[in-house]
Amino acid sequence: MWEKKPILLMLMATAAILVGTTITMILPFVWVNTEADRIEGVTPYTPLEQEGRDIYMREGCNNCHTQTVRPLVAEVLRYGDYSKSGEFVYDRPFLWGSKRTGPDLARLGGKYPDAWHYQHMETPRSIFPKTNMPAYGWLSNNALKPDKVRRKMQVLGFPHSEAQIAELATKNEMDAIIAYMQKLGSDIPWRQTGRTEIVGELRNPFSGADQTTLAGWRPLYQSNCSACHGTNMEGGIGPELVGDYYDEETLFRIIYDGIAAGGMPAYANLGSERVWQLVNLIKYDQSTGD
Amino acid sequence: MGKPQYHTDIVKSFVNWSLVWGVVAVLVGVIVSFQMINPDLNYPPYFTFGRLRPIHTNAGIYGWGVGTIFAMFIYMVQRLCKTPLWSLGLARFQLWLFNATIIAAAVTLLLGYNTTLEYHEMEWPIDLMIVVLWVVFSINIIMTIIKRKEEQMYISLWYMMAALIGVAILFTVNALAVPVSAFKSYSIFAGTNSANVQWWFGHNAVAMALTAPPLAMFYYFLPKSTGVPIYSHRLSIIAFWSLIFMYLWTGAHHLLWTPIPDWIQTLAMAFSIMLIAPSWGSVINGYMSMKGQWHQMRDNYLVKFLILGITFYGLQTLQGPMQAIRTFSAFIHYTDWVPGHIHMGTMGWVSLVSVAGIYFLLPRIYGREVYSIPLANLHFWLVVIGQLIWSTSMWISGILQAGMWNAMNADGSLTYTFTETMVEMYPYWWIRAIGGVIYLIGILVFIYNVYMTVQKGKEPAPKLLEVEGRA
Repeated sequence: MWEKKPILLMLMATAAILVGTTITMILPFVWVNTEADRIEGVTPYTPLEQEGRDIYMREGCNNCHTQTVRPLVAEVLRYGDYSKSGEFVYDRPFLWGSKRTGPDLARLGGKYPDAWHYQHMETPRSIFPKTNMPAYGWLSNNALKPDKVRRKMQVLGFPHSEAQIAELATKNEMDAIIAYMQKLGSDIPWRQTGRTEIVGELRNPFSGADQTTLAGWRPLYQSNCSACHGTNMEGGIGPELVGDYYDEETLFRIIYDGIAAGGMPAYANLGSERVWQLVNLIKYDQSTGD
Repeated sequence: MGKPQYHTDIVKSFVNWSLVWGVVAVLVGVIVSFQMINPDLNYPPYFTFGRLRPIHTNAGIYGWGVGTIFAMFIYMVQRLCKTPLWSLGLARFQLWLFNATIIAAAVTLLLGYNTTLEYHEMEWPIDLMIVVLWVVFSINIIMTIIKRKEEQMYISLWYMMAALIGVAILFTVNALAVPVSAFKSYSIFAGTNSANVQWWFGHNAVAMALTAPPLAMFYYFLPKSTGVPIYSHRLSIIAFWSLIFMYLWTGAHHLLWTPIPDWIQTLAMAFSIMLIAPSWGSVINGYMSMKGQWHQMRDNYLVKFLILGITFYGLQTLQGPMQAIRTFSAFIHYTDWVPGHIHMGTMGWVSLVSVAGIYFLLPRIYGREVYSIPLANLHFWLVVIGQLIWSTSMWISGILQAGMWNAMNADGSLTYTFTETMVEMYPYWWIRAIGGVIYLIGILVFIYNVYMTVQKGKEPAPKLLEVEGRA
């Protein structure tokens, strides 16, 4: 019957298309982004952060970076707590991405100090020698346009003060995108609540390792620590590493847990064995400065 | 009864322009594949990976894919309806608007006006142009169908009509945004909703733009090329209804393990598996239509393109549902595996069927025999080999990458840092880039063949015109 009636056929095709559409695309509006998935502490972007987000979009960062951590063991270990719906209510549009040529950024906020980001954006290969991340130092040359940002904040309905808008005149695009990256995933206190508690006595399993053994662990230092603490522990973004300053246990805790306030990331995901190797290397390797 | 005067000049123009945008898409694809190997090939602000990659995908989908759809639909609808196109003027306007839209899209994407919604990156003014373009096109096709002289509507027309409606709904909903300025807007959807709407669009754009139209072409050009009818009309009808019904449930398989509600993910997973049936309905229909005709794979290069095309469609629609299963998705999602999958669909299925259509059209719109069949065969082997190298290298690297991301030591710590896993991809990215270059050479051979056909092709044999007479 319908093979002779184009209008009828099109109406039926529309109906067929709308069934799945209604159930899987329209119906979820009833629950998603409502009180049901609201999270206390998730705040809208400030003018600087929102402008940074728009620069992130303009440069197509989403083509290589995702922003959603899946509840899978290796993923939570690598990036941090898995993503929750309520964390994204101010994202228009979402930026979860579909490809990880580079790492996920959903929990990037607060992981590194600002100085790390400025250096990484300007010369990515000074931190990761073989990365294919393009350099974005040129963003520093572009001033922000406060009036445009004010208009954006009005359209989005995000709270903002004239002082925040005026402050933009002193900032550039690099400041904005870094401010945005530092907010990512840090609205919920996952770093504090997710901290691994070290129970019991800490004992150095490599106590008394000789210099040859220590030298074998240097690549571990180079791939995880040298970008901030220098090839020879002379310091850089992070301080110079002087083994004598700390006892073994303190050093272990610093590397394992990080120093959130000081911008030192936690390296618990290396595992305690490798953290101990780093402790021994920093304290006892005689080829480095101290 | 004399043959109606079909409009062919407009078909020529759409073929030519879709070829231009196809070359642009592949060329930009090759460029970005080298940028992934060597970051010094990024030239900011305009020529960075982040800005060029959307140009690659959109030139491919809207320039080459939709451009070919325009050409083929306008060609097929006239013959299937035994009546000239409803409005030639409207089609001419559509051609101009099409090229203006693609150029505007390319320029604005280079300038960084990017919504970041995949395959929907263009900002709102371009979206409006696309909507007008699609409406103009749809009116012309639908009016031609309504005014048809052939009472029965062949299955190709069904797929065409479904595509017209489907793309219109999908594109418009995902475009909903509040403009801030001439080239900046904010989506009306936020966070998890935004993700769900985007992938409802993203996945079904593949259904309505890159599956239904090539199926319309396949069902038309396969019998035309072999000279025998399609195996089962009934099977094509069952496959049609189940395909357009089931596809729309599956978008969230792009979002497995994300904060999207679990039940949407589960539905998407289930319907993705079910989609194997209608997809393979068409594959089997294609294969069965070759019964007694398999020798044509040797003798008839058109059949080679079409049957390899439907074979890649078959592989694509098995691999896709596999990826839509939670456990498998957990492993390969976000890795190189996924681009490997997509490119089998675009370079394999869609492009092979589209170029078969163009080869078929050439004698009929230019009145000349295809210049060189050996060159057509060379084209065939270059694109098939190029694509296989491309996809296979990405499947291997995807599995390798996933394995490294998940590798854990006995003490429960991760074995590799992210950078360590990325560095391992470089050799495969080289192989992929080489596959892309081979594919590009194949396209250039094709274009040379088309050009020489127009310039130097012989007058067609009368047999061709006879085949033309069949419905």
